[in-house]
Amino acid sequence: MDWGTLHTFIGGVNKHSTSIGKVWLTVIFIFRVMILVVAAQEVWGDEQDDFVCNTLQPGCKNVCYDHFFPVSHIRLWALQLIFVSTPALLVAMHVAYYRHEAARRFRRGEKRGEFKDLEDIKQQKIRIEGSLWWTYTCSIFFRIIFEATFMYVFYFLYNGYHLPWVLKCGIYPCPNLVDCFISRPTEKTVFTIFMISASVICMLLNVAELCYLLLKVCFRRAKRAKTQRNPPNHALKESKQNEMNELISESGHNAVTGFPS
Amino acid sequence: MSWMFLRDLLSGVNKYSPGIGWIWLAVMFIFRLLVYMVAAEHVWKDEQKEFECNVRQPGCENVCFDYFFPISQVRLWALQLIMVSTPSLLVVLHVAYREGREKRHRKKLYVSPGTMDGGLWYTYLISLIVKTGFEIGFLVLFYKLYGGFSVPYFMQCDLKPCPNTVDCFVSKPTEKTIFILFLVITSCLCIVLNFTELSFLVLKCFIKCCLQKYSKKLKSSVCECHNLRYVKYGEMGAPPLLQKHRLDSAMSTAQEGETKTLMSPVRVEMGRMAVVENCGRLCLSVQSNRKLKKWTPES
Repeated sequence: MDWGTLHTFIGGVNKHSTSIGKVWLTVIFIFRVMILVVAAQEVWGDEQDDFVCNTLQPGCKNVCYDHFFPVSHIRLWALQLIFVSTPALLVAMHVAYYRHEAARRFRRGEKRGEFKDLEDIKQQKIRIEGSLWWTYTCSIFFRIIFEATFMYVFYFLYNGYHLPWVLKCGIYPCPNLVDCFISRPTEKTVFTIFMISASVICMLLNVAELCYLLLKVCFRRAKRAKTQRNPPNHALKESKQNEMNELISESGHNAVTGFPS
Repeated sequence: MSWMFLRDLLSGVNKYSPGIGWIWLAVMFIFRLLVYMVAAEHVWKDEQKEFECNVRQPGCENVCFDYFFPISQVRLWALQLIMVSTPSLLVVLHVAYREGREKRHRKKLYVSPGTMDGGLWYTYLISLIVKTGFEIGFLVLFYKLYGGFSVPYFMQCDLKPCPNTVDCFVSKPTEKTIFILFLVITSCLCIVLNFTELSFLVLKCFIKCCLQKYSKKLKSSVCECHNLRYVKYGEMGAPPLLQKHRLDSAMSTAQEGETKTLMSPVRVEMGRMAVVENCGRLCLSVQSNRKLKKWTPES
């Protein structure tokens, strides 16, 4: 079980996403997951080994490290990526449910005209409307919430996004206020800022997608309202044609039965 | 052999699981397996190397570490994941058994081997109960072994060969506590999902049984449309309502002992007759205190 499996899970939703959703997925997997796996994990790999405090007191290093890094950056990013990706599963579940219902009705013989076979149901791209629109919108909303929450947690836990090169620690069993040194603070700061920027871009993409979906619905409703108020010309022509057909058929019938028209 | 093997096995279960089972699988894969592999495993990576006691006595650290962590939390977590996932394989095995049986007999024995009916329903129920049992068992074990779900940042140890009561410091206690709490929460979520699925299955079966019993009672008082071809009237004549309706094979007024053809025939004994519509055609419904007998042309 690794990031590839998550990609398989989420990638399936991609087919039914909007264009912005597809861009979001690309940013997530290329600029965040890949960077986390190939680069960031190496940088943080020796974080506790090379965390050194200016004392020989056993236990002081452990306690100070635990105080300044209650959760490692790497783990927090991994959790953030997992939580941010999972709302897409709501959409996946909804699509799976829709397909299951369509297949059930197809087997009963109800939707034979709409689909050729069961494979057709599986391949069909489902439009984002109706209840799926609500599910999709909720998933984007949750994504934004999770991104914002994790960014705030990061800021709160580490007092900003910058890692200092020395920390002062005086917790028991440290005998006094000792200096503790983090390994590779500048490199870690660079990667932290990179991941935060990618997070901000993803959040902006989600907000844009939300606005796009809302606008789409508004335009659709406005168009429908306009159509109802002013039926289009071809509909008018059709109704007139129908009237004429009725008149012709009536006069024809009367001619057959011998009644005067 | 790695976690991918378990993932591939469990993916096969997906096909036969109802809706809540699918949610359970998603929680299992994403919030437990994935979190374990990409995050939790690394937190406990250097647990013994970084376990430090405030003493230079050789062997003291080893003894104290072994005393406080008889089995590492992360290994217990891995065992839990494996034990909790495997009852789902009972379902896969049962479906495979059904498919094998159909192949051997070379005919269709089931509606579909994966349909949740008959023996498979019981297998699924048992797998749910076993899964829930394992989840609760492991949570209780965790609690008993480590005295709760939090990891203290230091512990006091006075086992031989430690010369006196020494302070021993655990590495990354806060991070470990966070991940253990995460494990407990996801475990509880899975227990809730299992209970919900269990209740749903049992309720569904109960409602089905009740409906079947009710429809059987109803059938015994309604005529059967397609089985009989003739009707024999008893003492009563044809009900007046029937005479108003046009049938394909017209019904004449009944006389005693006369056989008439009807679209929806039933042998009428004593009792009141009522006209009901069934299958889009009219037939007689007899509310009789005698049992209805099927009259066939041979009798």
